[in-house]
Amino acid sequence: MPGFSLFPEQASTVAGRVDALYAFLLIVSTVMTLLIAGLIVYFIIKYRRRADDELGVPVTGALTLELLWTVIPFVIMMVMFVWGASLYFTLSRPPQDALEIQVVGKQWMWKFQHMDGQREINELHVPVGRAVKLTLASQDVIHSFFVPAFRVKSDVVPGRYSTVWFEATKPGTYHLFCAEYCGTQHSGMIGQVIVMEPTQYQAWLSGSVAEGSLAAAGQQLFQDLGCHTCHRGDTPGRGPVLDGLLGRTVQLQNGQTVTADENYIRESILNPSAKLVAGFQPLMPTFQGLVSEEQVLQLIAYIKSLGTEQARAKDEKP
Amino acid sequence: MNDAVAPLAPREHYLNVNYGVRSWLLTTDHKRIALLYLVSVTFFFFLGGAFAVLFRLELLTPQGDLVQAETYNKLFSMHGIIMVWFFLVPVIPNVLGNFLVPMMIGARDLAFPRLNLASWYLFNLGGLFLLYAVLNGGVDTGWTFYTPYSSLFSNTSVVITVLGIFISGFASILTGLNFIVTTHTMRAPGMTWFRLPLFIWSHYATSLILILATPVLAIVLLLVLAERVLRIGIFDPALGGDPLLFQHLFWFYSHPAVYIMVLPAMGVVSELIATFSRKRIFGYSFVAFASVAIAVFGFLVWGHHMFVTGQSVYGSMVFSFLSYAVAVPSAIKVFNWTATLYKGSIAYDTPMLYALGFIGLFTIGGLTGLFLAALGLDIHVTDTYFVIAHFHYIMVGGTVMAYLGGIHYWWPKISGRMYPEGWAKLGALIVFVGFNLTFFPQFILGYLGMPRRYYAYPEEFQILNVMSSAGASILGVGYILPMVYLIWSMRYGPKAEANPWPATGLEWRTSSPPPTENFTQTPIVTWEAYEFVPREEPEVVGKLTPADQPT
Repeated sequence: MPGFSLFPEQASTVAGRVDALYAFLLIVSTVMTLLIAGLIVYFIIKYRRRADDELGVPVTGALTLELLWTVIPFVIMMVMFVWGASLYFTLSRPPQDALEIQVVGKQWMWKFQHMDGQREINELHVPVGRAVKLTLASQDVIHSFFVPAFRVKSDVVPGRYSTVWFEATKPGTYHLFCAEYCGTQHSGMIGQVIVMEPTQYQAWLSGSVAEGSLAAAGQQLFQDLGCHTCHRGDTPGRGPVLDGLLGRTVQLQNGQTVTADENYIRESILNPSAKLVAGFQPLMPTFQGLVSEEQVLQLIAYIKSLGTEQARAKDEKP
Repeated sequence: MNDAVAPLAPREHYLNVNYGVRSWLLTTDHKRIALLYLVSVTFFFFLGGAFAVLFRLELLTPQGDLVQAETYNKLFSMHGIIMVWFFLVPVIPNVLGNFLVPMMIGARDLAFPRLNLASWYLFNLGGLFLLYAVLNGGVDTGWTFYTPYSSLFSNTSVVITVLGIFISGFASILTGLNFIVTTHTMRAPGMTWFRLPLFIWSHYATSLILILATPVLAIVLLLVLAERVLRIGIFDPALGGDPLLFQHLFWFYSHPAVYIMVLPAMGVVSELIATFSRKRIFGYSFVAFASVAIAVFGFLVWGHHMFVTGQSVYGSMVFSFLSYAVAVPSAIKVFNWTATLYKGSIAYDTPMLYALGFIGLFTIGGLTGLFLAALGLDIHVTDTYFVIAHFHYIMVGGTVMAYLGGIHYWWPKISGRMYPEGWAKLGALIVFVGFNLTFFPQFILGYLGMPRRYYAYPEEFQILNVMSSAGASILGVGYILPMVYLIWSMRYGPKAEANPWPATGLEWRTSSPPPTENFTQTPIVTWEAYEFVPREEPEVVGKLTPADQPT
């Protein structure tokens, strides 16, 4: 039986920052607990009842004290708030150049799709020293993607994408847990994140069987499902042009605008009339039930490969 | 003349005024209803505890071996559901509150005695649904009923369980309503708002939450049923719903519900600290208003349960900030209780031991809440054993300790008998040690990354889990012991005086046990709360001066 430590391993760029905040809170809490416990013990010994009819000395309050122990804890707590919020901000903003991997959680397994087409179940290979951004989808109930050594966690909620990012700092094998109760085999919905040196990672990528890139798989689906009959290359058909869609601001029929991100594209595939683009008829049928979460992610990878708004802007500059 | 008659005819009080099952099941006496509730919640407490014993045994080893995974999931779900809705929410308000709210304000009964009895029947009807669900195979959704798992995926008795909780919610609402009206309209002459014991303030604040939050729980539970039974898409995206809508509604009730569980406990502790220090509570008005502040701010922090669900980053920041804000009034209370001890005349009777244990454990529970409110840190610790440890420190270390302290403190009044002090002190010690051994290791487990609700776990978590399970068995002994000696004392305990401690509240200025109408004459209050003065016999009827008129 292995022994235990008090702190989990640190294997990502944010782990140290989370632990520093944890240490700060531990120190504050320990000091406070010892202060309260110390005062209690001191008072109950010093002021123990010595005679049966003894009464306490009436000391009924002190405004200065009340203000002090209202304001001081509040100020300390504001430090915790700002510190925690800034960390949260970092964790919710993946770097632009992150390596993207798609994740689908389902009862009770984790499925991963790499952009080059490698697929894995309950095992995720990533390179050390490179930011990795995961796009998470659930096929059934709520799951939660949790890697303690990276100090990251994100719920995986059906019907929408969530993201989580990390940059591993140490090669090794780390626990992957589902942290949101998801049914009978919840505690079996576990896996491993395998962090590799970049060269080994490249070797792993080329060594594992790839079925063509995700974008290529998406393109095939785009043909098979007949999407291309309405969404044509450069000229608008019955549906809008999809080139350079990702990141673009889209004008809707109802006068509102949305930024076309992954969640918007997903919704438009599964529930096309929810956010109808201005100038088009609600002709598109729903693909709910016809495509799996993984296939939706492939379609998005394909649409993304048609160029993003930033890439397009960059191309047009020179 | 009196001297000659008294020993022959035993004094009439609420327990011996009449006998028979009917006289109990149809009673409208708040004191008898309190005892009816005592029987019901004690049953549910030991039932919920038995489930905990079973899953702690399963967790002795990393592999799943004692029970099946489905059984394990049902065990922790039923444990949570029973402990939250059939023990922690009703325990202090409906047992101690029912008994004491009218007595402390000098009233004969609650404002609506029949509604009070109806509340007990509704509670038990809900409980019967729940027991039927248990016998029918149980439910495996966790006490949180997260959708769409609970609405469309679970194959267990969700409908019956949800109906049971729905029905028992009405018991909560009736109790809250009764307390509010009673506190407003039935205070004895001279019992101004700022002469109320802090127990009443905290029950008033609790009642506000009970009547404002419980209906939201009722709504969200009905919506789960609508989706589960009628397939109306509310929460499952496959039907066009939104799973997070459930969480918003659920926590809009369930976070304030935490304060339903802990505010009455704070009220109990204020009484205990004052009596056993023989001192007025330090900063009475700060403690009183802190209860109200907690009740109000408690409604604005539900989003802190959802930091990793993908809700708006800025929304999370607001919820984090407000969560820190609501921690301030709790801290104020802890400081004021501690300061009350200063220059007190401190006795170490059992209720005081529980009260001091409460302060220590509640402090740890509160401080670890600050960890969870810190956004970037919550990402790591949420949904792990850290959260389990945190809320057990608040609810078991806090509420259950205060409840046990209160039961001992008011036992002479309730039963007319003294409990055995030596055994009671031993019990308090066992509970304190067992509690810490059970739950402290879970903080470490949580930070190491062990997720909650895991049937099997990696080997490196075993030592801490063994410690926790060992603590749970000690804790179990600590809970059974008081039940045994309190029942024993009802027959064999020494007879209690009217005011054995002595304390200052009106409930101590009438005989033990009290007569059905509580006081033989309407009390007139001319003294402040916790006014300890050397006195042979506490007064019941003072002489009102203009300063005593209600404000």
